[in-house]
Order: sequence, then structure tokens, then C-alpha cells
Amino acid sequence: MSEVPVALPVLRKLQRFEHEGGMLSWVASVDHKQIGILYLVTSLIFFLAGGVEALLMRTQLIVPENRFLNPSLYNQIFTMHGTTMIFLVVVPVLLGLMVYLIPLMIGARDFAFPRLNAFAYWMYALGGLLLYFSFFAHDAPAAGWFAYTPLSEKPYSNLQGMDYWALSLLVVGTGTIATGLNVIATIASMRIKGMSLRHLPLFAWMSLINSFLIVGAMPALNAALVMLLVDRQLQGNFFKPAAGGSPIFWQHVFWNFGHPEVYIMVLPAFGIISEVIPVFSRKVIYGYAVVAGSTVAIALLSFGVWAHHMFAVGLGHFLDLVFAASSMLIAVPTGVKIFNWIATMWGGAIRFTTSMWFAVAFLVMFTIGGLSGVMFAVVPIDWQLTDTYFVVAHMHYVLFGGTAFAVFAGIYYWFPKFSGRMLSERMGKWHFWLTFIGFNLTFMVQHSLGMLGMPRRVFTYPNIHTWKVLNFVSTIGAYILGVSVVVFLWNVIASARQGRTAGDDPWDAWTLEWATSSPPPVHNFDYVPPVRSARPLWDLKHPEDTDWERARKRQRNGR
Amino acid sequence: MAGEFVHQKSRVLILTFIFSESIFFAFLITAFVLYHGRSAGGPDARNTLDPIRTGIYSLILWASSVTVWLSERAMRHLSITRSKRWLEVTILLGGIFLVGQGIEYHGLFAKGMSVETDLFATTFFTTTGFHALHVFIGLIVLLIVRGLTVAGFGQEEYQREGFIAASYYWHFVDAVWVAVFFIFYIWGTR
Repeated sequence: MSEVPVALPVLRKLQRFEHEGGMLSWVASVDHKQIGILYLVTSLIFFLAGGVEALLMRTQLIVPENRFLNPSLYNQIFTMHGTTMIFLVVVPVLLGLMVYLIPLMIGARDFAFPRLNAFAYWMYALGGLLLYFSFFAHDAPAAGWFAYTPLSEKPYSNLQGMDYWALSLLVVGTGTIATGLNVIATIASMRIKGMSLRHLPLFAWMSLINSFLIVGAMPALNAALVMLLVDRQLQGNFFKPAAGGSPIFWQHVFWNFGHPEVYIMVLPAFGIISEVIPVFSRKVIYGYAVVAGSTVAIALLSFGVWAHHMFAVGLGHFLDLVFAASSMLIAVPTGVKIFNWIATMWGGAIRFTTSMWFAVAFLVMFTIGGLSGVMFAVVPIDWQLTDTYFVVAHMHYVLFGGTAFAVFAGIYYWFPKFSGRMLSERMGKWHFWLTFIGFNLTFMVQHSLGMLGMPRRVFTYPNIHTWKVLNFVSTIGAYILGVSVVVFLWNVIASARQGRTAGDDPWDAWTLEWATSSPPPVHNFDYVPPVRSARPLWDLKHPEDTDWERARKRQRNGR
Repeated sequence: MAGEFVHQKSRVLILTFIFSESIFFAFLITAFVLYHGRSAGGPDARNTLDPIRTGIYSLILWASSVTVWLSERAMRHLSITRSKRWLEVTILLGGIFLVGQGIEYHGLFAKGMSVETDLFATTFFTTTGFHALHVFIGLIVLLIVRGLTVAGFGQEEYQREGFIAASYYWHFVDAVWVAVFFIFYIWGTR
């Protein structure tokens, strides 16, 4: 089974379908590469929608006592922005990379269940449309992305927005679970000979752990949504205090999903960084087993920290302490990885491509977001800063400075594989610096705004000098970010048409996806090189100095 | 060794799916346990549920776990005809359980109880309703398998693997009912 056996008649049939299918093949396809591209393009469209919502909010906040948006519309827009970015952008863009890359990385023809793969994508796409349809059904949801009860209950949100929100997330979440199951089954059953768990690329490792988080955490969200819908549609009593129900119960169930979700949104980003940094540092990843093992630790711990979102509820001293301790503990395996990546770069022959710029910026931005996260684990600091702009700054440093930077690093790295053409490095540098400056201008000052006491989710604010200046700076930063996205789009569209031809392996990289043509044929591989280490292409290119021989020598020498 | 589960991908899929679904039911059951005793004055488990009658229907459902196992074992031994017979028995037993639950719901509705009555009613109808939905979906899957056997289903290994996965799902809905029955009908009415 060292080479993927390809039955010629089947291949011809598939190629004919590709050629005759045309546009229709995008709807009918069960090919993981086409589905991966669909995921990436769809999440880009939702990213633009969520970005426009962000700019509307920042425009409203550019000056105090502004009347650009009315309060009710502002509530709808921040709810839609949060829901869109989390469920329709960050998670699916990572799923898109997983769906496209995992079979290529493990030397497989496709997913274990290709039709389930297509099903999952269409659940996501249609669920996203369901959420946005709420705008046409009178009002969008307006209770925030975590929809705390009783605010999200009928008496306080009596139009249909919340129902669309809950139904949409049920549909999207079901699709996400389906992909999670599929990734687990694929990595369990489809790896090529020699691709043991010790040779699995770290992106695939992170995706595998991520899938277990999805499979374990999404059902908590589904349960919460079902209970909310029963309350809203069948006059149930789950979260109604008048009938003895507990609104706090919603928070427990929701954050049982919500905190693992934070790691669902960042583990594949860790995977991207673990692929990009070694290749552009020309060194093996420092501590392969530690990176994989510490991620398992994160995954397990992430189910035991949910109540740190609820310190302001008043759960009691003992519970507060338990969750403060577990929240600080989870920072350890995360911090360990930062050192792994820095150690990988240390002494390496670093090539500063756009991808590498984004990866290095990720390290700094994510560390800032991580540090402000540890601050929130300290209960009194949380009490002081919860529901202020400090939280907004913190989570954007994790999700934008962290995940989005890593995704951009991944797009610049893998775009040649997707399209056969290089993204322009010159435009890429513009994109990077505009993103970096715009992002920090927007969100760094929000730390100060939060410390100065500005609450989040207010549609306007009084004319206080410091608030006024900082909000103005933040909005200018947001506009720069907006420009950076335009540059990125331009780069993608122009490079896809007339970018430099990439060839199979433009970065001189080491994992299997670079062993096939760019873009890969429908059947992925004509020939898969033997896998005897985590860097099969290194071994192929350097037969005199292979990883597996070095490992064997080390073992013989007892080191 | 790589790819050790290549012949068992359906089983890997269904087992992780069952893990996921278990967590979903765990939260619904937690809601019942959390709110138990908070329905003062209104209907609660003690004055509405009949553990004896539902216990009989439960035994019928659990018996279907045995029959689906017999059917699956027969299929693995390639005795397709025997497998079909046990599969029919399984579908019949699952159907009886659903009818039993329909009768129970009908009785509760007749007493004027509905989802909105109180916390017990909300948690009871949501949990047992979702369980019934899972039984119903399981029945559809088993009916599809039964229908396919007409066209020779069961000759290929991947087909038998598919049926094994379906039978795991059926065991799962029965196992959820073990939790629901003992928590709602035994612990709840004690």
C-alpha cells in the first residue's frame, strides 16, 4: 500500500466529471479539495459581512453621543458581528484548511466519508444564510453572541431574531460535529503506510485534537439551544425564574461549550504555526512530542475552566478559587508551545516571507492576548474588568492577533498549493503591515478604555476626554484594518489569475502535501514517497542525512 | 502501524458520534436532576409517572438490543435470512416501545399536562421527546437496512460493517433509556 493504487477507469470517469461538471461540480462535488475551497471562500464572504458590521460599530463610536446607529440596531449588529465571526468565520475557515489539507498530509485519496464532508459544508453554508435571513424577518438577534437568559427569552426578545439565531447555530453546529467526526475517522483509518502518530504533521495532530474538542463541546451548545427553543417556542420553563428555572443554568451549559470553543478556534492555528515556522526557519520543530502532548493537556483542561466566564455571577469563594486555579493552569501548556516555536526559530536560517511575518506576529499578539487572559483568571481583576472594553481587547488579541494572523500565515503558505500560483509578496508585505498596524491601533487602546471603565456593548458614551481620544484612535485603526482586507482581496484575486507559477514545492517544505502537483489532481497523488519520519520530503531530498537514520543513530548511542 | 482502523472506519465514526450524543443527553438529564423537586404543587415525577407500566415497555426496548445483536451476529456469519428475521423482531420491539410512549404522552395530555405546565413537564417532555426522536431515527436506519437486504445487502464486508455501526447506534438509544428510566422513573418517583 506504499503507493495509492488508482484504478484507471475510475480516474477517467472522475476527470470527465470534473471537465463536464463546470460550475455544477461545485455543488455536486464530494472532493475534499473542492469542499475545502468552498469552506474558505464562504468564510471569506462571511468575514467581509462581519467586518462591515465591525466598521459600522466603530463608526458609531468614533465620536461621543453619536447618532449614526440607533441603540436597537447597534445591539443587533454587535450580536451578528460576534456570532458571524465565531461560528461562520473562525471555526469554518479552520475547518476549510483541515478539510483541504488533512488527506494530502496523511497521503490519502480523500476523507473517510466524502459525502458526510459535503453534507457538513452545506449545513454550514445554509445555516449561515439562515442567520442572515433574520435581517429580512424584521430583526436580527440582539442578545449578544452568548445570548444570556432571560434576556434571550421571549419576554425580552419577543421578535424572531433569537429563534433564527438558535436554529442557525443548531444547523451550523451539526455540520461542525460532522466534520469533527470525519476528521477523527479519517486520521484513524486513512493514513498511508509509515504515517504513525509520531510521524503525523503537527497541523494534522492539532486538527485531530481539535476534532475531539468539537465532538465533546458542540453537543453542550446544541443542548442549550434546544432548551432555549423549547422555552421560546413551546413556552417551556428551563430558564424562567418565575417557574423555578435558573438563568444561571444557561450560563453553565453555554460555557461548557463556550470555553472549549475558544480552543476549537485556536488549536488548528497552533497547527498552522507549527508547520510554517519550521519550514521558514529551515529547522525541525523543537519538541514535536511536547507540542502534541501539551495540546492534549489543553484539550482536557479546557473542559474544566468554564466558570471563569461567570466570576461576576457570585458562585461562591470556593468555586471561584477552583476555576481561577484551573484557568491559570491551562496557560502553562499554551505557554510551553510559545517557547517551542521560539526555540525552533532560534539559530535557524529564517526566511522572512509574508507567511513568516504573520507567524512571528502571531507569537507576539497571541502572547499579549494570553497574558491578559491570565489576568482574568485572577478573580478580583475579573470583577473589576469584566464587561469592559478590556475583555474586547483581550479576545481580539486571541482571535484576531492569534487565529486570524495564523490563518493569514497559512493562506500565504498554502495558496500556491491551492491555486498553483504564488501570492504577490510585495502586496503581501503591504497587507501584513496594514493589518499589524491597524489591528494594534484598534485594540491596544481598548485595554486602556476598559481600565478607564468604558463598558462594552454600549451604543454610545458620554463626552469624557480620554474615552473620546481612545475611541477615535480605535476607529481609525479599524479603518486601516478595513483597507488591509481590501489589499488582501486584491492580492488573492490578482495572484489567482496571473501570479507567478508555483510548482509543486515552492517553499522547499517537508510534508506530503508538497509531494504532489499544485493544485493536486483529483486523486491527490500519483506517487507517495515512503514515510519514515515526520519529514518525508526532507528524507527524499537528503538521502545522505535522513531524519529516521539520525533518530536511529541517536538511539544506538543511547542519547 | 498506520491506518489500523481501515476496515472499521464506520465503527470509529459511530462510536465518536455516540460519545457526542451522550453529552447532549447528559445535559438534558442534568436539567431534570437540577430542577427535581422545584415543581411545588404542580405535576411532578411522583404523581404522574408510572414506573411499572413504563418498566414493561422499557424491558421491550432493552430486549431489542439483544435481538439486534443476534441479527448482527447472524449477518457476520452470513446467515442473511436469520439476520433478517431478528432485524424484523428488533423493528417490531422498537415500534412497540414508541407506541407505549405515545400512550403515555396521550394520558399526560389528557390530564392537562404539557411542556409549559411546570419545570418537571418541561424537562420530562424535552428529554423523553428527544429520546423518542432518536429511537424513531434508529428505526428508520434499521428499516433501510431491512429494505436493502432485499437487494442483497450483507454480502460485502463494508455493508456488514455498516450494519454493525447501525446496531451500535441502536444499543446507544437503549443505553440512554437505561439512564432516563432509572433517573426519571425510579429515582424521580422514589
